[in-house]
Amino acid sequence: MTRLQDGRGAHRSWGSPGHLLVSRTGFIRPRRVPQNSTVPGVTHPLAAEPPGVPADVVDGAATVTDLKPTRGWVSLGLRDVWAYRELLGFLATRDIKVRYKQTVLGAGWAILQPVATAVVFTVVFGRLANLPSDGVPYPVFALAGLVPWTFFATAVGNTAVSLIGNTNLVSKVYFPRLCIPIATVLASFVDLLVSGVVLLVVMAIYGVHGGWSMLAVIPLTVLAFGAALGVGLWLSAVTARYRDVRHVMPFLLQFWLFATPVAYASSLLPERWHLLYALNPMVGVVEGFRWSLLDSDVALGPLALSSTLSVLVLLVSGAYYFRRMERSLADVL
Amino acid sequence: MGAEAIRTERLSKDYLVGSRGYGSDNLRERLSRMATAPVDLVRGRRQPRPRPDILHALSEVSMSVQQGEVVGIIGNNGAGKSTFLKVLSRITEPSSGWGRITGRVGSLLEVGTGFHPELTGRENIYLNGAILGMRRTEIRRQFDEIVAFADIERFLETPVKRYSSGMYVRLAFSVAAHLQTEVLIVDEVLAVGDAAFQRKSLGRMEAVAREGRTVLFVSHNMAVIQALCQRGIFLQGGKVRADAPINDAIKEYLRSLEQASETDLLQRTDRSGWHRIMMSAVEVSGSGGGAVATGSPARFTVALTGLQPSTTCSLTVLNSLGQPVFRLESGNASATDRVMVADRPEEPATFVCELPALPLLPGRYRIDVQVRGTHQIEDQIDSAILFDVEAGVLEGRPVAGATVGDVAVEHRWTVPTLDAHQVGS
Repeated sequence: MTRLQDGRGAHRSWGSPGHLLVSRTGFIRPRRVPQNSTVPGVTHPLAAEPPGVPADVVDGAATVTDLKPTRGWVSLGLRDVWAYRELLGFLATRDIKVRYKQTVLGAGWAILQPVATAVVFTVVFGRLANLPSDGVPYPVFALAGLVPWTFFATAVGNTAVSLIGNTNLVSKVYFPRLCIPIATVLASFVDLLVSGVVLLVVMAIYGVHGGWSMLAVIPLTVLAFGAALGVGLWLSAVTARYRDVRHVMPFLLQFWLFATPVAYASSLLPERWHLLYALNPMVGVVEGFRWSLLDSDVALGPLALSSTLSVLVLLVSGAYYFRRMERSLADVL
Repeated sequence: MGAEAIRTERLSKDYLVGSRGYGSDNLRERLSRMATAPVDLVRGRRQPRPRPDILHALSEVSMSVQQGEVVGIIGNNGAGKSTFLKVLSRITEPSSGWGRITGRVGSLLEVGTGFHPELTGRENIYLNGAILGMRRTEIRRQFDEIVAFADIERFLETPVKRYSSGMYVRLAFSVAAHLQTEVLIVDEVLAVGDAAFQRKSLGRMEAVAREGRTVLFVSHNMAVIQALCQRGIFLQGGKVRADAPINDAIKEYLRSLEQASETDLLQRTDRSGWHRIMMSAVEVSGSGGGAVATGSPARFTVALTGLQPSTTCSLTVLNSLGQPVFRLESGNASATDRVMVADRPEEPATFVCELPALPLLPGRYRIDVQVRGTHQIEDQIDSAILFDVEAGVLEGRPVAGATVGDVAVEHRWTVPTLDAHQVGS
């Protein structure tokens, strides 16, 4: 028997449809125990309504939680995560609210960080080093790379320590642990939206835009989200177990920045290396942003293909690794 | 009634002691082990892995709870109560055996889990509710009730970091108390707030129990357990020692405390702390080393080894139901305290606490002893000793057994009366 979800878990209905009852409590009543249950030890719940129990407590359906040891790889339990989507929202809003309480600039930080870095890059790489920028004014070129990069770096940095930072939750309450890294990436996502608006303003100032291809920024944002979550899942799981990994994070992100075409254009690299190069998922994202928003001269095809595959692999493997590690989480933290 | 709400079969949970559960904590060590393993293997000096020290926090617990039952779980610190609740709440997986819970489970292992100091009361109610497993609509529906119960209407929009500690726990308990699940798992959470709020929370728990919901309840306070539960499960060393009507289970538990206090203090394993200081004996004696009686002088002594420069000792006296009566704290110094200089830390040292007139009513009491170093708890033993107080005389007034409460108070009356010959005339 697989590890079953708890009350708000699987919305697996048995027998006839319509078993997804919404009770007065507003909870979605999940799985019904089948009438002809063959599972030993489960008494049919309808036979067992204690007198005086409010209707919303026993409304005919019962949830069954099984507690057993699991081994090896387990299912992702995404239904469970979906059932807890409200918690996901609450955790993300908590992170956002807390980040901007008692700060001078508030959401201004989300703008300041990429803009200030863009200025530095423009002076150092644009003016002094005179790097080519695919036919786009260098400041816009740099900012279009920094906006998705800053999101990625913040999200990965926060997600890596998210389990450690939420130890009190993990050791005291049950909920699908995947909620924590997902909520953390979601919270960083708000910054991306804010700085994205700034990018649009700067684009208007420089008179650069990409026409209809600008719509492609939506799937590209999804790709950036996937990349941040995939890497974040791996790192959060590893950091929970090996505390020294968190000290590596600043270096890792710095190397990663230079392995990504943020300050320079990937056209500097020979074309034959592009497929390999774009295994770094942020290559496809950053070049994609420039291609769609700025109409830059880049051969996006191979980069996008390679990066998308890489994101998929990272996401799936990260999620499974996370789940595998999750069972010992409360004991390790 | 009749349907089973909770069932466990040989549920066990083991922890690896020392290596913190799962392999090595340090990536570098792990990598270097991986790197050197082949070399060691070739050279034929592969060391056998050190046998991990396994702690059986829970071993083969089998039990069944019917729907609507309110069951108290009792036992010493380290008996496995919290581990049991954690496994039942799915926070951690069992190592072997299985369990099944029918019905939605809500667990309160701590008050205010997930409260964030920067967020306002309102925001925390929603966040905490969601963390405990409530839906937004459910919280909204009960919002006013939660706020009224906690009595914090005026501070809803204030960050909880500005709350007094009393307001904080009231709000936290209030959210938790409105959790509407069929099965409720509660760890010692009633002991929060002031006396009035504790009464209110107890009332709330009684209401929950009456609603026909299934409740598993852990507390050290036997009076509370007795009031709330019909059945008790007594855990000791991770095993079920008794599963019986609540009064029998409590009796069994108290008997085990007696047995524990008879064993040599240095041999006791149910202690916590750093153990750089160890208690070797705790004694209670009356005047002239005799029996302890109400109103007579009494003397508590705690002998220990490994004395540190600023060691303090605290004695908590509890009644037979586990309710604390008073605490004596050596760190809370007075001008009348005396100092005994010990030459070397290895020498046995003794804390002595003298009471000129013991203010306890006749009955059985026990003492939880805690020894602290500069910063942390060094040694703590609950029920280090049991003692009986005999009937005695307080300030010339006889004090007998069947009185209310636990304490005898010095007092003097002025009684109005009529003169004898005035009555006659």
